[in-house]
Amino acid sequence: MDRFVFLTVDGLSRGAVYAAFALALVLIWRAARVVNFAQGAMAVAAAYVAYTVSTATGSYWLGFVVAIVAGLLLGALVDRVVMRHVDHASPLNPVIVALGLVLLIQAVLGMVYGSEFRPAEAPFSRSALTVGGVAVLSPYDLFVFATIGVVVSGLAWMFARTPVGLRMRAAAFAPEVSRLLGVNVGGMLTLGWALASGVGALAAMLVLPTELGLHPHAMDLVFVSAFTAAVVGGLDSPPGAVVGGLVVGLLLSYVSGYAGSDLTPLAVLVLLLAVLLVRPGGLFAPVAARRV
Amino acid sequence: MSATRAALPPREQLDDRGGRPVDRRRGSTLLRHLAVVLAAGLLLVAVSYSVEPFRNFQLATVAAYLCATAGLTVLTGLNGQLSLGHGALMATGAYTVALCQTAFADRGMTGGWLLPLSLGAAIVCTVAVGAVVGVAAARLRGPYLAGVTLAVAVVVPALAVTFDGVFNGEQGLSVPVEPPPLSLGPYFPYERWQLWVTGAATLLALLLLANLIRSRYGRTFRAVRDDEVAARLAGIHVARTQVLAFVVSAATAGLGGALLAVLAQSVSPGAFSLTLSLFLLMAVVIGGLGRLTGALWGAVLLVALPDLTHSVTEMLTLSPAVAQRLEGNLPLAIFGLTLIVVMIAAPGGVQGLLSRLGRALLARRPTRRS
Repeated sequence: MDRFVFLTVDGLSRGAVYAAFALALVLIWRAARVVNFAQGAMAVAAAYVAYTVSTATGSYWLGFVVAIVAGLLLGALVDRVVMRHVDHASPLNPVIVALGLVLLIQAVLGMVYGSEFRPAEAPFSRSALTVGGVAVLSPYDLFVFATIGVVVSGLAWMFARTPVGLRMRAAAFAPEVSRLLGVNVGGMLTLGWALASGVGALAAMLVLPTELGLHPHAMDLVFVSAFTAAVVGGLDSPPGAVVGGLVVGLLLSYVSGYAGSDLTPLAVLVLLLAVLLVRPGGLFAPVAARRV
Repeated sequence: MSATRAALPPREQLDDRGGRPVDRRRGSTLLRHLAVVLAAGLLLVAVSYSVEPFRNFQLATVAAYLCATAGLTVLTGLNGQLSLGHGALMATGAYTVALCQTAFADRGMTGGWLLPLSLGAAIVCTVAVGAVVGVAAARLRGPYLAGVTLAVAVVVPALAVTFDGVFNGEQGLSVPVEPPPLSLGPYFPYERWQLWVTGAATLLALLLLANLIRSRYGRTFRAVRDDEVAARLAGIHVARTQVLAFVVSAATAGLGGALLAVLAQSVSPGAFSLTLSLFLLMAVVIGGLGRLTGALWGAVLLVALPDLTHSVTEMLTLSPAVAQRLEGNLPLAIFGLTLIVVMIAAPGGVQGLLSRLGRALLARRPTRRS
């Protein structure tokens, strides 16, 4: 029972990070109809910037803020310099370009920092506090939950209650009409990319201390897990991404706790295939006719 | 679909619309392809005698990659399905050939027919895996398909570590390969033999693919890519066609992986990482989607570019640590950058540019005469 509680809390904490990462994917998908396969590599790049700043100044928090800013800038840059110019007529094109970005970013990181693992420090202790003799939560888990909670509710508030959020939704929903009504559609798209990339960078900062450390490929498996989370929830649904993230986190935690951590990649693949074959639109997708 | 459609040479479309008259003028497609393959084979033998062993080995590697890229270009360029999992399919073929060859060697069996048998087993095994992925893929579109095949590419190499009793974990397996037959003489260079074996296998695969593309199946592939609904109305079973394309492509990828394993005489999960899958995709996109000649350009690039960057980094005087970092990553950076630029600026790839150039030259000639 102790173990079950521990695995559940650990899974929820991982799941919260997957949820944030999946949310970033959903943000771009809703805004631009592009699944950003370069999200993982972009997030790692931001984390490397944070690493440089942290080791130079000795301050974790400065690095943390810099990572998010770097993520925002990188997202805007990728949209303005690359994605804006891709022919979106075929859904293959943006995917292929994003994969080119993956190669490019990982290679540049490898050239600058080398391909050995760098330590990623955690700002709080990762050893669990015990409540009534049962190890439950570590301070770091609490930090993760709090951060992700703030980000998710902040995004929800922004999209639902602010004029900018309204414009972004309008630009994604009906670009032509929004343009006629004076919305800066291109600007909203760039803002969407920047926000998503910033959230991705934040998720990377939160997940890297729980993994092996910083490495150009560190987010590959996290990306696959987050993509699975986004698909479980449905690529069009932000609440679905959050629930999907928690589901994937729990599943991975149970699989690695009870069956061995080697099997977690296989579990992700099986879950992804199962969801796509049974309910391709995701669990939260509205019933929709296939577009012809 | 505009990029893939733009990638299609107008010549080919013409041939399809008025297929019969063109065929009658040019003779049988099979004979024409056979002639090309024979000429290529003779050229390969001639080249294998005239260049040094290392170049022979490089050419053999190009041939092995060509197998995989040709299959991928049929799948992505002609059938419109994007696969990021071809590295994993190559790994399937490579591990099968390693297990077969080890089993033969352990039982003390020798003979020239063992290697073709192992390669055949590798193809069968990869076809089985490809059919499973293909059935799932046929139900998926665009980014979903890319995501699933990406998961396959990340997960399959990890399986080698999970079941390390069979696959020997990160270290991988060695592939015992017999020396060239004695009838070729005692001093026959091993690299030349490698080029002959991989070249023959690849040419055979290319011949089959070229005929497939020109056949009824090739036309159904393209019909499904261009418009699924129209293809269905024309009586084409869309899902079956997509699975078939995936299986064909998997078979060639398996053969390519098996040939790579035979060349390197070892397999390890590190050689079949996600990067390899991305490389293959990049090769077919840069070469020109949907064309076998494009696959050739891509395969050449995959071997030549790392070699080129190696010689460049050797020319520069760098500290060993910096040189090592550059050498591993510079080709990746160039590949990535080229992929982005090609996708944005020239979706037809190298072969598209060449065809345009050729057409421009042809168009100019009659005006000069008149």
